Amino acid sequence: MHLSTYVGLLHTSLRTLADAFRQVGDGHAEEPDVHHICHVLATGIDGHVDRLAPIVERYGEHREEEPERLHAAGLDSTRSGPVGLLRDLQDLYMLASLTDITWTAVGQAAQGLRDRELLDVVESCEQDTDRQLSWLRTRIKQSAPQALIAAS
Amino acid sequence: MAQQLVPGGGMPDRIADVWGTRTPHDRDTPWPVRVDTHLEEGVAEGDVDRWVRSACVLCSNGCACDIAVRDGRMVGIRGRAGDVVNHGRLGPKGLYGSWQWNGADRLTRPLVREGGRLVETGWDTAMDRIVERSRRLMEEIGPLSHGFYTSGQLFLEEYYALAVIGKAGLGTPHMDGNTRLCTATAAAALKETFGSDGQPGTYTDIDSCDAIFLYGHNMAETQTVLWARVLDRLYGPRPPVVVAVDPRRTRVTEAAGRTGGVHLAPLPGTNQALMNCLVREVIENGWVDREYVAAHTVGFEELAATVAPYTPERAAEICRVPAGDLRRAAEIFGTSDRVLSTVLQGFYQSHQATAASCQVNNLHLLRGQIGRPGGGVMQMNGQPTAQNTRECGADGDLPGFRNWNNPRHIDELARLWNVDPLTIPHWAPPTHAMQIWRYAEQGSIRFLWISATNPAVSLPELPRVRDILRREDLFVVVQDGFRTETSEYADVVLPAALWGEKQGTFTNADRTVHLSEKAVEPPGEARSDLDIFLDYARRMDLRDRDGGPLVPWSSPEEVFRAWQECSRGRPCDYTGLSYEKLRGDSGIHWPCNDQYPDGRDRLYADGIFPTDPDFCEAYGHDLLTGGDVTPERYRAARPDGRAHLKAAEYTPPPETTGEDHPYVLTTGRTVYHFHTRTKTGRSRRLRDAAPGPWAELSPGDAAALGVAEGDLVRIESPRGAVEVPARIGRGRDGVVFVPFHYGYWDTSGAAPDGRPRAANEMTLTEWDPVSKQPVFKVAAVRVTRLHTPGAPRPAAK
Repeated sequence: MHLSTYVGLLHTSLRTLADAFRQVGDGHAEEPDVHHICHVLATGIDGHVDRLAPIVERYGEHREEEPERLHAAGLDSTRSGPVGLLRDLQDLYMLASLTDITWTAVGQAAQGLRDRELLDVVESCEQDTDRQLSWLRTRIKQSAPQALIAAS
Repeated sequence: MAQQLVPGGGMPDRIADVWGTRTPHDRDTPWPVRVDTHLEEGVAEGDVDRWVRSACVLCSNGCACDIAVRDGRMVGIRGRAGDVVNHGRLGPKGLYGSWQWNGADRLTRPLVREGGRLVETGWDTAMDRIVERSRRLMEEIGPLSHGFYTSGQLFLEEYYALAVIGKAGLGTPHMDGNTRLCTATAAAALKETFGSDGQPGTYTDIDSCDAIFLYGHNMAETQTVLWARVLDRLYGPRPPVVVAVDPRRTRVTEAAGRTGGVHLAPLPGTNQALMNCLVREVIENGWVDREYVAAHTVGFEELAATVAPYTPERAAEICRVPAGDLRRAAEIFGTSDRVLSTVLQGFYQSHQATAASCQVNNLHLLRGQIGRPGGGVMQMNGQPTAQNTRECGADGDLPGFRNWNNPRHIDELARLWNVDPLTIPHWAPPTHAMQIWRYAEQGSIRFLWISATNPAVSLPELPRVRDILRREDLFVVVQDGFRTETSEYADVVLPAALWGEKQGTFTNADRTVHLSEKAVEPPGEARSDLDIFLDYARRMDLRDRDGGPLVPWSSPEEVFRAWQECSRGRPCDYTGLSYEKLRGDSGIHWPCNDQYPDGRDRLYADGIFPTDPDFCEAYGHDLLTGGDVTPERYRAARPDGRAHLKAAEYTPPPETTGEDHPYVLTTGRTVYHFHTRTKTGRSRRLRDAAPGPWAELSPGDAAALGVAEGDLVRIESPRGAVEVPARIGRGRDGVVFVPFHYGYWDTSGAAPDGRPRAANEMTLTEWDPVSKQPVFKVAAVRVTRLHTPGAPRPAAK
């Protein structure tokens, strides 16, 4: 069964995503909303890691040995300025999208296994991932015109 | 019953007796009339040449009044007996503040910066400078280089003209008002829950309620006439029970004790935990009107699930209030026949502002307490002119409560203004004030027109605001009645006419529209804000699609008629109003149209809400992050006229106390300075009553710090500090209160000269994710005793 591979992938994605939110939040601390909400969302993702723990215990997690093929690397650093903010938010969007679709894949397996506990975890966590994507999309749409047209 | 208030005449001094003589009455009987009058010393009623119709602008009540004019000067004021809002009463601010600015320091000529100094000039020179810079930036960068930061203090006609100029003429999304600091959360909470802005209740609900809940609303000091109305119920038969949520002890919280209600004093920043608990208790105890909820709302299951963990014990721990008090407050809400709730800055300017305010709406929906006498919600405003920024679109909204995310609404505006729909910025919500300032800080906004507001005192984190205003690459226009802390940084200063010197309409917090006539000529070369905006449009040669002038108007009444067309069919429909009709006995509630020719006093009595996807003002947000709900998802929820029960978990505030900064700072208003120092600050009686700021410490904290009443203390946050006298009492342990709106124009000019005193030196650059209202009520500070000068004057006794 390859579910353990995907549980491992999810586990790693979540931790990478939480770190990335914190990094972007701190890297753009001069944008107070970005700073605060990135940290709120990162704390939420820590909660997902906790909720996944019993699942990891049950199914085990198989760490993929070719990280560049399955795992998205985290962020090395953040950029600066209005366009830098836009790019960093886009990076977060990519990472959150990967997490989102991984939840979907794991959720499908949970359906097949009729695993109610896992289904509950997937359902509530995927809603939160959706919230992350929705905020990122909103903030990117707000920032883009000024960054791309008027910023020096 | 008339109260004559002539100084020295032995009549009540309303500085000492803020709310005036009681006129108690029973539930469901009309509030008795009491006419308050105040004339300048030496002027008798017989000396008055004429009385000119207006309404007071000093708090959100908007009390109807007549201005006494003699020899071309305003010499007094009188409440209008027949008006639905005040039944003749005026508060100390209305009586002493609104008309007494005939002083010598008014701005009477435009000023321009020459060699670093502001010097007097003529209108042509001043306007040419503005237009030259504006045109150059429009050519080089385009409309995103322009920002307009206006007020909550102009008239409807002025806001509408400004909105058309900015959105259809230049095409900039960067327009907002100081209403962002004040009522943005009221608007946001109404939009999230009901689908559109618009106050459901009316002030008349006070006459009929059995319980009144005040959430972060020190009504006794911020809306004195409305509090007089509450007092008249409290002193009459069958008084309502009062419940107050406020970290300080105030007249309101004392009334809660006297009436068998509850005073909840949560730690600042924890309102959402408290509200989640109240909602949970109402659900758990079966006080929900299931039928109403099923027929008229969506989202119950998610709300119930979100609030479930907030037991009284858990909320008590977060908020540091007794669990029993939370249970009792919920019981009063859940079991009273008619509950009225009012919400103000203790929620709006705090952490999770919109989420907490939405919970108040939720409580009312859960019990079906909406749209009927005594059962109402009041998401309050700071001033009666503030509603008009929201309606007319001079702030972060579109005119007529239109939805930026609905292409049909944009097409309507484009047809109305005869411009290309692409001219009207609607790719995202209009830029909120805090973001406008950030863009100016980063240099992408290079032209900032500030009208009728004083951001160098009112915005958070003043050292930062002063740095932005000082920027070489930012061209600043300031338009006001007096020189202010902000005008000292301007490139051009335009002298504006004030209340009583110009004509226009405005709408108070309960949707009552009043007409304010011009009583006297503005001083010197000062012009109405409307004339200034129209002059700019003409000089910029702003045109519509067919080459005609975009703003062809020249009088307020013409703009009013244009606005009526813009409001047609929208929730704030003004088509049934006219200047002539507003010259009748009383103010009129909107909507006023064919269906409601005399206005509609309460909205949603029928349980039908403006949530239809084609009609609603907003598709809403995630309350935790502010992420937009997409049109597709909104439609999928099928609200179809039902209200949204929205929920959010509690999260800790962005700044919490620690070893370095162990106290929570909360800022706010007290009776004499509120909205008088933000406007002119020139009323002698009000200034004498509260000449300078102070810091309130709890007795326990004062003892621990070794601070006695009157000692000079330094309050310091990571951003800045104030040095003010201490006052002991009222607050809860761990919390320091400092009144804001005190600046430097009357001490040293534009910035602190050795002794900082503006509360906003210390506050955070942080805002609510949904309403974008700054968090003025939560910051971490430390307190140091400096020395012991003379004792400060007391606040309202």
